[in-house]
Amino acid sequence: MTTPTFAPATEPGCEPFIALVTAPIDLAQLVQRVSHASVGAIATFLGTVREFNDGRAVTGIDYEAYEPMAHREMDAIAGEAAERFPGVRVNVVHRLGTLAVGEVSVAIACAHARRAPAADAMRMVIEELKVRVPIWKREHYADGEFTWVDPSGNPR
Amino acid sequence: MMTIPVLVFASYADAFGARTVQVPVSAPCTVADLVSAMRVLPGGDRLPTKPLVALNQAYAKMSASVQAGDEVALIPPVAGG
Repeated sequence: MTTPTFAPATEPGCEPFIALVTAPIDLAQLVQRVSHASVGAIATFLGTVREFNDGRAVTGIDYEAYEPMAHREMDAIAGEAAERFPGVRVNVVHRLGTLAVGEVSVAIACAHARRAPAADAMRMVIEELKVRVPIWKREHYADGEFTWVDPSGNPR
Repeated sequence: MMTIPVLVFASYADAFGARTVQVPVSAPCTVADLVSAMRVLPGGDRLPTKPLVALNQAYAKMSASVQAGDEVALIPPVAGG
């Protein structure tokens, strides 16, 4: 059990923490990293592997990334969130590799003095991530088939 | 002539049967020229009309020029989250 350390309240913002990992994501770690004495709200988001997609039974998903560019794009998104919501503290972790149904594929934590910018920044980060960050997923189905998901043109 | 190594991922890697495709082009070369050259390679017929291309890890326009030594990648429709 580690105790979060709080930076001086005169510096509410912080460098965003961005990571691509293969191990399971621990949301508590993200929350701890955005925690700060100046923070009054922490908005979190977890993306999880869904059992059904377009009516097909999904047994698992392989995630693949163009890692250096994915890292850059996630960093850029966090920077844009900090510009739009000054003082926001952003953490984004995306998992790669093979995930089973119910497992967490992406975790976001956004902290701010106030709840509205915390929640709005979190929403902005996940929406931008979905359209810009070079990460792909291959769904495996119960019937043994598998396919790379192409969300372009499909509402999500 | 020069040869540009192009990184391919996901469905594009499946199409070309490789993770890196060596693409012969003549200099000077734009992103559009590079994509046209890839279309005639085995598997290249499976590329969409206007695939996204990244130059040195940033999205690039079709008119951007490609230099020897640039890191070039073809980006399939993204599906993170």
